[in-house]
Amino acid sequence: MDIWALLIVPLAAALIITFITRKRAELSSYVSVGAVVICFLIVLPYFVRMLGNPHFEHIEQSFLWLDIPGLMVEMGTIIDPLSLIMLFIVTFVGSLIHIYSRNYMHGEKGYARFFASLSLFIFSMLGIVLANNFIMIFVFWELVGLASYLLIGFYFEKPSAADAAKKAFLVNRIGDFGFILGIFVLYYATGTFNFIEMAHIIQAGNVSSGTLGLAALLIFCGAMGKSAQFPLHVWLPDAMEGPTPVSALIHAATMVAAGVYMLARTGFLYAAAPQEAMMVIAYIGGITAFMAALLALGQSDIKRIIAYSTLSSLGYMVMSVGVGGTGAGMFYLMTHAFFKALLFLGAGSVIHACHTNDIWEMGKLYPKMKVTAVTFILGALAMMGIFPFSGFWSKDEILTSVFSSGNYLLFGVGVLTAGITALFMTKVVAVTFFGEKRYHSHPHESPVGMTIPLVVLAIFAVIAGFAGLPGLDPNFGTFVSAVAGSAAAHAGEHGAHAEHHFNYFVAITSTIAVFIGIIIGWLIYSKKSIDNNAIAEKFSGFYKALQNRLYIDHFYDRVIVAGIYNNIARLFNFIEVYIIIHFVLNGIAYVTRQIGKALRLTISGQLQHYAFAMVGGVLVLMIIFVLL
Amino acid sequence: MEGFPILSVIMLSPLAAVLLLLFIDDARVAVVRGIAIASTSISLGLSIYLLCIYDKAKGGFQFIEKIEWVRSLGISYHLGVDGISVAMVLLTSLVIFTGVFVSWVGIKHRIREHYMFLLLLVSGVYGVFMSLDLVFFFLFYELAVIPMYPLIGIWGSANREYATMKLTLYLSLGAMVALLGLLSLYFTAGAKTGVYTFDMLQIASLSYETGYQIKVFLPLLFGFGVLVPLAPFHSWSPTGHAAAPSAVSMLHAGVLMKLGAYGIIRAMWILPEGAQYWMPWVAGLSLINIFYGGMVAMSRRDMKFMIGYSSSSHMGYVLLGLATVNYIGVNGAVLLMFAHGVMTALAFSLIGFVYDQAHTRMIYDFSGLAKKVPFVAVAFAIMGFASSGLPGLANFVAELMVFIGAFKEYPIHAIVAVFGIIITATYMLRCLRDVFFREPMEKWDDLRDARTFVERLPFVILIAVLLVVGFYPTVIVDVINSGVVPLVDKLNAAKIG
Repeated sequence: MDIWALLIVPLAAALIITFITRKRAELSSYVSVGAVVICFLIVLPYFVRMLGNPHFEHIEQSFLWLDIPGLMVEMGTIIDPLSLIMLFIVTFVGSLIHIYSRNYMHGEKGYARFFASLSLFIFSMLGIVLANNFIMIFVFWELVGLASYLLIGFYFEKPSAADAAKKAFLVNRIGDFGFILGIFVLYYATGTFNFIEMAHIIQAGNVSSGTLGLAALLIFCGAMGKSAQFPLHVWLPDAMEGPTPVSALIHAATMVAAGVYMLARTGFLYAAAPQEAMMVIAYIGGITAFMAALLALGQSDIKRIIAYSTLSSLGYMVMSVGVGGTGAGMFYLMTHAFFKALLFLGAGSVIHACHTNDIWEMGKLYPKMKVTAVTFILGALAMMGIFPFSGFWSKDEILTSVFSSGNYLLFGVGVLTAGITALFMTKVVAVTFFGEKRYHSHPHESPVGMTIPLVVLAIFAVIAGFAGLPGLDPNFGTFVSAVAGSAAAHAGEHGAHAEHHFNYFVAITSTIAVFIGIIIGWLIYSKKSIDNNAIAEKFSGFYKALQNRLYIDHFYDRVIVAGIYNNIARLFNFIEVYIIIHFVLNGIAYVTRQIGKALRLTISGQLQHYAFAMVGGVLVLMIIFVLL
Repeated sequence: MEGFPILSVIMLSPLAAVLLLLFIDDARVAVVRGIAIASTSISLGLSIYLLCIYDKAKGGFQFIEKIEWVRSLGISYHLGVDGISVAMVLLTSLVIFTGVFVSWVGIKHRIREHYMFLLLLVSGVYGVFMSLDLVFFFLFYELAVIPMYPLIGIWGSANREYATMKLTLYLSLGAMVALLGLLSLYFTAGAKTGVYTFDMLQIASLSYETGYQIKVFLPLLFGFGVLVPLAPFHSWSPTGHAAAPSAVSMLHAGVLMKLGAYGIIRAMWILPEGAQYWMPWVAGLSLINIFYGGMVAMSRRDMKFMIGYSSSSHMGYVLLGLATVNYIGVNGAVLLMFAHGVMTALAFSLIGFVYDQAHTRMIYDFSGLAKKVPFVAVAFAIMGFASSGLPGLANFVAELMVFIGAFKEYPIHAIVAVFGIIITATYMLRCLRDVFFREPMEKWDDLRDARTFVERLPFVILIAVLLVVGFYPTVIVDVINSGVVPLVDKLNAAKIG
């Protein structure tokens, strides 16, 4: 029963704030923070127990939600190592970010509304994590979309925020279009929505590989939306219109990673799907990772830079899933949750102090904000993947699984991406915290309520990687491969093989790439021996394209969206108004009216006319009668 | 409660109120409203009770009341409800009860007459959902349609004469064509058994030649289809919505359109082979509703027109669900009739609330209303999300069922239909953004939010219903299913045979 409390408590918090404590901001924040901390405390004992015994029997609890002939839908939860890891991340990082938000959002007008939405988010997110079947995961999948919509649009009077919220929801809808169709395909192929039952049916070889490939790609569409993969990545950078803690929690640590979690949860499908389908996924991940890293280079808004780096990281994870390294992807997801949440909260702390997002209006903040600076730099090192920070181990696992799957092109892309990542992270750190002073306000360190979460996250960003230490047994990979119903849980392969090996070639190659990135970054932004303006001049076309997001958003807005609104919808409206209503319907009415008018002439009121007509009629009848 | 004529009381309670209102002075507004509220409360209370006591395990038509009326022609006052009609009766009660409150706020002149026509109309609607006699079925059908004419003509807004004329002509045409089909059934059934009767149960129990079924199903499909509205005979509906006062739009989109779908369901039940023959056509036409209606809604700037076209788009899902002729799809279709009825009533009541103060419904006239009227904004957002099929709200469950059902029989259609919810989300979210979000405008500074009990009650009830059914659909799906199973079984038997 305590599992269901994970859903009931945050939902209750959202409802309590909405209906009861709305007017009392402070109290509302306590309700919300309390709810997520309670969730964390519920998860913790399970999590600890799992660490002791990774191969425990998974727990499923369901109730019947909809029952008609031919369609039985349950709402149910599953507790296995995979869901516990994710539950731990969501409730732990969630708790820290809730605490941080109490100070960060202080004095905002919609303080209570903010916390109600956060609780709604925790409710929905935990629903995704706990779901034991496709319908339930889809239901909560949509609900996190709602929470995300509400929080991106938190400053709804701001047109850009209102636009961003709508964009996020609609782009996700496009991904979910594929997702739901994929669910239908699987339902009719296997007769169930339940993950474990479905896994058994697929592992028994009862589903054709074509169907599996189709389903795998359609389900992946859902992940493409939620985890912002190319070409549906456009919503995530705009989502930074939301308050910074939201960016940290939803658009970095948890919700956007839900796509990767879902792919891991449905790993049985991807383990059985044909190689071609998996390559599509791997390449989409690779393209996203590389493209986003490039785009990050062209930005000067600190949140946007981190947002693009998130995109890039998500691409990494998806690429890993595509080559069969689901465990590596999940490992990266965990370390990423820590260091990316840290980076966003650090950015929030800086923004809070400088009242701007532009890194060129900051500079030399290190002496003013030491805690923020140190934790941010630790986060950046973890993100770049420097030994022995967490990002090193998880990035290394992904690159190893790509390398050992034989996709050398993708491996190259991954290494290159790592280099570019190091470059722009160096830029952020150098320009924001060092160099000359360019800020106008009087920045000072953030209050303790904000710095404590930073410190805790920094500790995890540094050490979390040891959970996946090669050679450690059981290590992170063991837990993920023990996911309920997976083939690996039975056979001990697929998704588990890469994690246990440490490949020196991979580690050294990627480390070299990272150091090259750092050195270039240092030369340009710190030592200034290379003039960044000169580079921008020289590659002005490319630089401009980067700043304009490679014109992908332009293309969507001006060609697709405008095309639908201005052409297709208008065409239909034209048909409706002018052809159907004006021409056909009013035409019929007009003709009827004219006939009526004509006939009215016959009603002249003059007796001789009627008499004449009558005689004429009688004559006609007589003629007919005679002729017949 | 054995022997208590629950159906008659539900149906006649508004009619009794109409008679009572004849004798009330116009000026005594409080009494007029009191009577309207009392009578609709009785209907609503009993409808909820009906949902609880309907025997799902037994299924079939229950609470039957039968009084012979014209013996020589075989006409009788014959009422009864199955699972499908129970859901529709409850929907009707919800919409009229909330509608009475919406009119309290919105209608400022000729209040007594307004309520009289409204209640008269709703008695007709109840009658259609309950009648097991074709003559009464048809009479009630007309009773539900005719009061629309004065309701829009007198209390309507811009372009009302045109709208009400168009609406009445369309619906009369539909009714006339449907009547031809019904009469044909009467004579054919009579000739078969030698006993001429309008008893629907009797007529449905016979089996007809395939050719005859195919021929006669068509006028019924067209006649009732006009009311659904089945594309391309839909254009009366958005015009009618736009001109009608709020409560009338609520009833019109919430309930009247469902009469058409209900008529088609009954026709399917009487003529299963005819239905099987025509259903692929219905599936095809439903896509026109969904896609074309959605696209036109997208290009509309008048909120009422937008919701009007959106309604015709969503009724397309109902038609698609019916066309699947499987348990999942038909259950989904009926649940969607219910859910869409509630959601669209909410939409029109909200738009009406804003329009009555602002005297405009153009999306581009507004901006940032969420700051001024937060309650209305939240309610509108819930409505928009319900309409876009967000889980947690009733429409999602219904649409999900329609999609799953359709995916089995018509996968291509299902894909287009699923795409349709992206279209819905597009115009709903755009409307939400343009009207309620962005910078507040000075000219709407004195817009009043829904504050009083009377103003909020209809919104709260309708939202609560959407949430309850969305979170726990079984409350109503069990009952609907008990009506759908025998229907689908009969249709499937016809397919094999």
